Amino acid sequence: MSARQQRRVVVTGVGVVAPGGVGREPFWTQLQEGRTATRRLSNCPPEGFRSQVAAEVDLPADVVATRPDGAVLDRATVFAMVAAREAWDDAAPASHYAAERLGVCLGSAVGATTSLERVYRDMSHEGELWNVVADAPPELYDYFVPSSIAAEVAELVGADGPVSVISTGCTSGIDAVGQAADLIRSGVLDAVVSGATEAPISEITVACFDSIRATSTDNETPERASRPFDATRGGFVLGEGAAVFVLEELTHALDRGATVYAEVVGYGSRCNAHHMTGLRADGAELAEAVTAALDQAQVTAPEIDYVNAHGSGTKQNDLHETAALLRSLGERAREVPISSIKSMVGHSLGAIGSIEIAACLLVLRDGVVPPTANLTTPDPDLPLDYVPNTSRAVAARTVLTTGSGFGGFQSAMVLRTLEVAR
Amino acid sequence: MPVITLDDVKRALVEGAGVDAGVDLERGIATLTFEELGYDSLAVLETGLRLGRENGVEIDDEQLADIETPQDLADAVNQALAEAAVA
Amino acid sequence: MIREPAAITGIGIVSPIGNDREAHWIAQQKGVHGIAAVERFDASSYASTLAGEVRDLDPAPALGGRLMSSTDWMTQMSLVAAAEAVADSGIAERHEPGRCGVFTASTAGGYEFGQRELQNLWSRGPKYVSAYQSYAWFYAVNTGQISIRHGFKGHSGVVVADAAGALDALASSAAHLHHGNAAMVSGAVDGTLCPWGWVAHVAGGGTTSASDPETAYLPFDPRASGAVVGEGGAHLVLERAADATGRAYALLVGHASGFVRSSQDPTTVLRRVVEAALADADVRPDRIDLVLADGAGTVAADADEAAVLRSVFGPRRVPVTVPKAAVGRLQAGGAALDVAVAALALRDGLTPPTVHSQVDPAHGIDLVTEPRAGSLNSVLVVARGRGGFVSAVVLTSPHHHPEGA
Repeated sequence: MSARQQRRVVVTGVGVVAPGGVGREPFWTQLQEGRTATRRLSNCPPEGFRSQVAAEVDLPADVVATRPDGAVLDRATVFAMVAAREAWDDAAPASHYAAERLGVCLGSAVGATTSLERVYRDMSHEGELWNVVADAPPELYDYFVPSSIAAEVAELVGADGPVSVISTGCTSGIDAVGQAADLIRSGVLDAVVSGATEAPISEITVACFDSIRATSTDNETPERASRPFDATRGGFVLGEGAAVFVLEELTHALDRGATVYAEVVGYGSRCNAHHMTGLRADGAELAEAVTAALDQAQVTAPEIDYVNAHGSGTKQNDLHETAALLRSLGERAREVPISSIKSMVGHSLGAIGSIEIAACLLVLRDGVVPPTANLTTPDPDLPLDYVPNTSRAVAARTVLTTGSGFGGFQSAMVLRTLEVAR
Repeated sequence: MPVITLDDVKRALVEGAGVDAGVDLERGIATLTFEELGYDSLAVLETGLRLGRENGVEIDDEQLADIETPQDLADAVNQALAEAAVA
Repeated sequence: MIREPAAITGIGIVSPIGNDREAHWIAQQKGVHGIAAVERFDASSYASTLAGEVRDLDPAPALGGRLMSSTDWMTQMSLVAAAEAVADSGIAERHEPGRCGVFTASTAGGYEFGQRELQNLWSRGPKYVSAYQSYAWFYAVNTGQISIRHGFKGHSGVVVADAAGALDALASSAAHLHHGNAAMVSGAVDGTLCPWGWVAHVAGGGTTSASDPETAYLPFDPRASGAVVGEGGAHLVLERAADATGRAYALLVGHASGFVRSSQDPTTVLRRVVEAALADADVRPDRIDLVLADGAGTVAADADEAAVLRSVFGPRRVPVTVPKAAVGRLQAGGAALDVAVAALALRDGLTPPTVHSQVDPAHGIDLVTEPRAGSLNSVLVVARGRGGFVSAVVLTSPHHHPEGA
């Protein structure tokens, strides 16, 4: 052991904006009840698209979507701010942290795409002009460079430390929290508001996933459209949302008497160097990421009580992820409960990794594992316990979450109920 | 009657997915698989999208998953055209 | 924070004044500039009409037709620069690719590709959207494509922090050298010179409306009227200093970053970040031989930066240069290019000039406007992004042994 005291990172605040439930507790109730929030696409007109299903957020009417200077905030920024406020109020650090010891690190895969598209339509006269006309709203720049999302949250919580967006496709939500934990461990910061947000549901995103036939076309039965690990699965359902956390260095959190959800004990990430969208069936790189996370956590596979799977609902992912869990967890993979909440809240790209971390924290808090909804036809090629349809009481102390993303990113994180040596 | 020929597939491949140096499409288009020609599944999708647009049809998902060669792709588009004509 | 020095062992550059490392470096020393009227599209009707465009670069022979079809121009430039950096470092021969990672910075992704697909969608319909749009536009594209091209599977990432992000990417890369990776490709190559990117730059403010390339982007000059937007940048290969003896251009020894909220005085945060980077590097201000300043090119931002440099180093106590005056502001690529230039300056003992500017004496800084020769041991690089992002790094010569360290 190093003579230097190892700094530890705990989560003390959780905020969630998810399809079917805005707020941490409504989100968690929905997951435990196994209710799906996938529905007919309504954020943009569904006609003309192959996939007309989505998991959409219904924001309360009183949510403010403009800045005091009148700038219209992107939907992803609004989600981030709503979730950040809930997390901040939950952790209630008040003025414990000097602004320079507080940072913001948020994940997002596609930033302010929805607003970029809205402004583009207007300025290009619905795609008529290549040389788009010159009079743009000043906030166009904020949509253009999505570090603006983290900047708004930094303004909200009063952070002067490092502020950034981590954008690693669909693992952004794990990687941002991993990066934030590293900033605390290394001593750069004492607290970080971290998590991820995404509001990708607009025509260009729906169309681009149509083009590669990645999304579900179960347009007649939207509530059953997301079927990870089911033999009849037919692609993912595009989602949106955010989850934001307050991460603190352990001794600071204990000193101020904070309530701790869990400790961030391990994080690992790898690239598959294979394909921008494709996954190799052997799951080798995701397995390596899981192993790296376990190693950092000093946790062995038998100690893992629950796996929150990437479980996007594509056949390729189901096989890849199952192989990766078998490879990294060995026999434990066949016993441990594994579930995908994407069956209920869809796949919100960069945000989902953090929404899944939120689920893990609540699993640890309440000892209940959410199910994989819509799992009615087992796939003979998938031999693990995917917790079909009904939540389960599991006295979980150590949990693993995994993610895979475009660009080849494979990430994993281990969270554990806090134990403090006396 | 087949409407789409290998020449059409070749043209759509060049336009949509590009050709790497050292790949002889002239010779390979009729004999090699997409994989052997160096094309991944997205290149096949992009090429299929182009041919589908040009001909006003869409290849269904199951058929698309089975496409291995440029001829398979031409056949799939032709079949979609035939089905569209019947319907 | 840089826990252990990281060695810069490979540099690849694509810029408006040179499409490889040495071409850029020679042009930079000669005071060549690459600012001219935009040629990529007709910018004559916009408020800003000048840019630093990368010229005469044909990535097709190196990348091949398939990659050219599935990538934006900025990814093509990035792949060219990354290949140069990787070849320069020789890491492919020394390290398992599974233990090499890629951590880059981005600002707006493959924006021209995105504009084309938005146009296809809205003028022709959803079936006209490219199968490649799903990743060619997003911010992670360069890291993903570099990883695939070189087979690098180690811990990788992408950071967005406006123009300051590349310095944060370098710091994260250095951290990953101590979490199992043997080498990292870092830095940033960026570019959004298309009409849809241009309106965003103009909307953001801070771009000059000047039409004379020689007096358009004038950091620290009383005539400063805003910035010129450019494209390009640099990729850098980092290895552990202990593994790179005799092969390093420079060592990355210090980093800090911070955020300026809208209610704050920017100099407070900027000063704290500069001092924190120096403290992290364990280098005293009087040991810094050169500062590569951010040089925003607006009177107010330049005054803030000059005030911080004066207060940290003393009036006119340290030479300051803004090499990007020759190429424009390259978004995330700008700070990466500055680090590459700083490393080359340390290698050769040459300080490149700030072209075109005549320093405002009120700033109280020693702005280098002609090339200067003289050995350098420690260099500070400062980067500021729109919206409050501030980062700084300290580089030292690999041959330098700080006294009392």
